Amino acid sequence: MALRATRRPMWMERPSIPTQGLKTLVLIVIVAAMLFPFVYVIAESFASERDVLGGGLILWPAHPTVQAYQQILAGGIVARALLVSVGITATGTLVSMVLTTTLAYGLTRTREVPGSRFILFAVLGTLLFGAGIIPNYLTIKAFQMLNTYWSLILPGAVSAFNLVIIRQFFMNVPREVIDSARIDGASEWHILVRIMLPLSKAVLAVIALFYAVGIWNEYFNALLYLNDASMWPIQLVLRQYVLEQTPLIVTSGNSFQLPPPQSVQMAVVVLATAPILIVYPFLQRYFNRGVLTGAIKG
Amino acid sequence: MELRRADATLVPRRRTRTLRARIWRERWMYLFLVPGFLFVVAFRYLPLLGNVIAFQNYSPFLGFSGSPWVGFQNFTGLFTNPDVWTALWNTVVISGLQLIFFFPAPIALALLLNSLMSDRIRRAVQSVVYLPHFIGWVILVAIWEQMLGGDGLVNQLLRNHGLHTVNIMANPNLFKPLMVLQDIWKEMGWGTIIFLAALTAIDLHLYEAAAIDGASWWGRIRHVTLPGIRHIVVLLLILRLGAILTVGFEQILLQEPAVGATAGQVLDTFVYFQGVVGGDWGLSAAVGLMKGALGTILVVSANWLVKKMGEQGVF
Repeated sequence: MALRATRRPMWMERPSIPTQGLKTLVLIVIVAAMLFPFVYVIAESFASERDVLGGGLILWPAHPTVQAYQQILAGGIVARALLVSVGITATGTLVSMVLTTTLAYGLTRTREVPGSRFILFAVLGTLLFGAGIIPNYLTIKAFQMLNTYWSLILPGAVSAFNLVIIRQFFMNVPREVIDSARIDGASEWHILVRIMLPLSKAVLAVIALFYAVGIWNEYFNALLYLNDASMWPIQLVLRQYVLEQTPLIVTSGNSFQLPPPQSVQMAVVVLATAPILIVYPFLQRYFNRGVLTGAIKG
Repeated sequence: MELRRADATLVPRRRTRTLRARIWRERWMYLFLVPGFLFVVAFRYLPLLGNVIAFQNYSPFLGFSGSPWVGFQNFTGLFTNPDVWTALWNTVVISGLQLIFFFPAPIALALLLNSLMSDRIRRAVQSVVYLPHFIGWVILVAIWEQMLGGDGLVNQLLRNHGLHTVNIMANPNLFKPLMVLQDIWKEMGWGTIIFLAALTAIDLHLYEAAAIDGASWWGRIRHVTLPGIRHIVVLLLILRLGAILTVGFEQILLQEPAVGATAGQVLDTFVYFQGVVGGDWGLSAAVGLMKGALGTILVVSANWLVKKMGEQGVF
């Protein structure tokens, strides 16, 4: 990315005080609207019975407690669903990354590899149309993948959008580097693993994040393909217990010291969001650099 | 997108090699190509065949081969079904609202961010506004419910002050604007990335020249900034037009039950409720097929129109 001047150029007039004030106000409102709900939900998840009965706005619970989390993590459907989600997200991201990077590398030399141009168009075509809910369901059924975790992992394993971004990065690796490696006897596998992947670490991290977030947040495929509620990932459990207000089955704990139900619900929300909130700070710096935009502009 | 014709002119002069020899020479590359390609065929192309049930009175027990063929009966049924028209109307209204309110939002925010002098503040704001993009719809709806729902924060405050409560999340009249507002909350920040990239690519000398010629800040936006990002705006507009019959399926599926089908059902949720839940497979597959075909036609013709107008298209 080009460096922008951080000092005001001579020709640019200073914005008037009202303009500056308005700009600041707009930014504060936007940032607050996006941050405040998270703060509020997290605060509520730590609220105890006394805080809730006290009424009013809970932004900093006076008597914080981790009871809600204890209750959830002691076992039962939410803890199980969290494990399921972690499992399918890890497996799915791995499968997606292997398939997408190998295919992206295979598509870097469309001039030389017969048939690869056709494959590239076939992949790009998927950006234009989708088959729809019912045909997809029938396909999964025909593959006998209903009620298996593969139905959540495999259908989205190759995203054309992500593939285009990775391929663009591979194509930008100088030809001489690859050719000299090839002269030294490197196989295609070596070129991919020893040259391409290390040079594209930033973009691979971002794409892995995209895949992981996509799988973690998915609920519809699970709703469509999994009949057995005990197999549900966390998002579907969240939908059931928080949005549809089905009471959460109490698993353990002293009956007279239960955390308030609202805190438990919010703790489920927090746990369902936590992995994203934890990973996000490490990866967000890449979004500001040219990682994505380079490919999109191409 | 980056498939340029230049490829053809750069072909080295070893075309004399036979096709078989070229394939043999690159045999290892096919190890990379084949697995991914098979996935794309199996999960993106093969399902297209499933659309044949739009011409059948499909029953899951009889399968493709056993279900009776009914010709275009599902399609004629589609036009006389009032629920389809309601769903189409809701879809188009939400799409229209998105086009008016949601589409320009990232452009406006990108212009605002671009006008900031301090890099530090800009980065801080960016890292906050990108975040909602990564929040799934279930979480988003749960959080919004907590803010605006019947027992949410807003109503708690209203109640504490002895005022009437309003359940914004379950009001049929507010449903469509609410969906668009959620889209804006979730994607406005992320949407700025592509515009910020286009904005940084604009030559600063153009601004300087315009300023020296006496252009005010608004004049510079109109004559330098907007023309500089026009190409990318047009490109995204084409894609948006192609997707005009697609509005957030996962988002609406979660929230439609709270307001009912009349206010909330869109084409995709109609397909789900009518087909998967209701068992009317043929009719809902016909709706899905119609929608997919229309969407493809829309994006291709929008692209054609834009090229006619002298802009660069998507493809």
